[in-house]
Amino acid sequence: MNMRHGKYPFILAFLLPPVGIYAIYMLSPYVQAIYISMTDWSGLTAAQTFIGFDNYVEMWNDDQLRKALWNNLILVLVVPVLTLLLGLFFASMLNVGGRSRGGAVTGVRGSSIYKIVYFFPQVLSVAIIGIVFKYVFAPENAGGILNRVFGAIGLDGLQRLWLAEPNYLIWIIVLVMTWSFVGFYVVLFSAAMQSIPRDIYEAALLDGSSRLTTFRKITVPLVWDTVQVGWVYMAIQAMDGFATVHIMLGINGGVEGAGDVLGVAMYREAFAESDFGYAAAIGVLTLVLALAVAMVFMRGLRRERVELA
Amino acid sequence: MTTTQAPPRVSGDGPGRGRRGRPHRLPGVGAGEKAIGLINGGFLVLWGLITALPLLWAILSSFKTNGEFRVDPLGLPSGVQWDNFSRAWSAANIGQYFLNSVIVVSMSVTLTMLFGAMGAYVLARYDFPGNRFVYYLFVGGLILPLFLALVPMFFIVRNTGNLPVIGQFLGLNSYVSLALVYVAFSMPFTVFFLTAFFRTLPNSIAEAGIMDGCSHFSLFWKVMLPMARPGMISLALFNFLGHWNQYVLPLVIMQDGDKRVLAQGLGTLAANTGFRADWTALFAGLVIALLPVLIVYILFQKQVQAGLTAGVLK
Repeated sequence: MNMRHGKYPFILAFLLPPVGIYAIYMLSPYVQAIYISMTDWSGLTAAQTFIGFDNYVEMWNDDQLRKALWNNLILVLVVPVLTLLLGLFFASMLNVGGRSRGGAVTGVRGSSIYKIVYFFPQVLSVAIIGIVFKYVFAPENAGGILNRVFGAIGLDGLQRLWLAEPNYLIWIIVLVMTWSFVGFYVVLFSAAMQSIPRDIYEAALLDGSSRLTTFRKITVPLVWDTVQVGWVYMAIQAMDGFATVHIMLGINGGVEGAGDVLGVAMYREAFAESDFGYAAAIGVLTLVLALAVAMVFMRGLRRERVELA
Repeated sequence: MTTTQAPPRVSGDGPGRGRRGRPHRLPGVGAGEKAIGLINGGFLVLWGLITALPLLWAILSSFKTNGEFRVDPLGLPSGVQWDNFSRAWSAANIGQYFLNSVIVVSMSVTLTMLFGAMGAYVLARYDFPGNRFVYYLFVGGLILPLFLALVPMFFIVRNTGNLPVIGQFLGLNSYVSLALVYVAFSMPFTVFFLTAFFRTLPNSIAEAGIMDGCSHFSLFWKVMLPMARPGMISLALFNFLGHWNQYVLPLVIMQDGDKRVLAQGLGTLAANTGFRADWTALFAGLVIALLPVLIVYILFQKQVQAGLTAGVLK
């Protein structure tokens, strides 16, 4: 730009508010977190002693934290895989699942309505989702609609006290998170599938490819770039799980702490146990995990790009 | 994928093994294809039901009496118990939480869009030393997990309450503090997205503005910002939904009961509902919280889908 006059005062005036707020409320906490993680600070008094890596050693020996870390790994691995499979499956049916009379590949009728319904959980607060599913899995005399439905269709044998069974807890969280993510990826993959030229499908049809072959050999390779980006994004989302666990299972991570995740463990250490130093150390662990996950997921999926001429 | 029977295969160099000896029948017209189509359609409907039914159930529950809810949670309500909504609004304090959310979110979205646009505009269209540095400072924030910041943020916010003069508006349990925290945590994505958007705007119009003697400020305010409208709208929707639904940040900052925001207040209400034996008021509160989002979603359905998914693709 060739307006030299007053350029720098203008730039400074425009950058100061966003950079200032960002630095005070977001960047500086991250910098401080690493120092706090090396203290024994209770948060209640000003007294904080530097204790080096003691909190990290304590984390290593903390069985509850190991449980939480393990649960986070389950979330990070299982939720993206389930979401990805369901998302690709529904998106391909919505966009290329229809076959019109002439043998052409089309979308399914009413696909935009499906997309509106599927996507809706994405705009809901996780708090609302958590509350609704707390009642879905509740005992029969407390709303528990899943048990009621099983009872109504004669599958009484499947009725369980879902949220009282430690082994189920993390898998229930997996289901709830997958439920809320799938619609988003259906819409995301749909957009990518819309841009695949129809004549590729028609050529495949003429060659007599089955739906499965078409899906594997055409649809998936041509939306792979989108899948790859979505995959990383999904893994980072799935790392969280805080609100779902906090609302459905409570601050201790449910029965025997079996549904604990790192976010909840950290919140509990800080605001219930007043051990801010230890909580900050758990926070550092989430950073390490997030970076590792982003790197693994980005590397694991590198694959030849398919260029459309 | 579920297939009841494999469609006939036709290979290029031999007779295909089509059913009933018709090697060149196209898939997509036979009875088998119809069956597959029906099964696929069945899956689509099934997932639609799995998505919609829990939410419909929550809405129906908000119309019931507590007796109906306990005895027959799956049944239809006998009538609409408006009293549930008034109990939720006043006795369960949802009205106060709703107001708190409106105050915080209107401040935070306005400031996020204003400051985000200012920063992104300068970064996108001006050359100055440190431009790249500031840009990556913002964008780097995209990968930092929120939880790491939570503990120190609590103390920073608490300490701002001790500042002279402005301290009374800040500190814990302050609308302004929570809004500023939202602004800070929305900056990475907002700046990232809008910088890309401002870069795509044509130079010719900016140059025409300069010829007309626009100042830097009026060029931004009168020319560039109006042109960036589509990007601003989808991003404002994105931020509105994110801020309205935020759960963990207010949990840390708004510890005082009367200052809770909606999602957080609902969480507390849900935790206490078992003791109060007032389930229907909880679901009424849930519906109250859901309404603004539902309205925004129905009105701006296309932009919301585009705005939220663009976040991944950009």
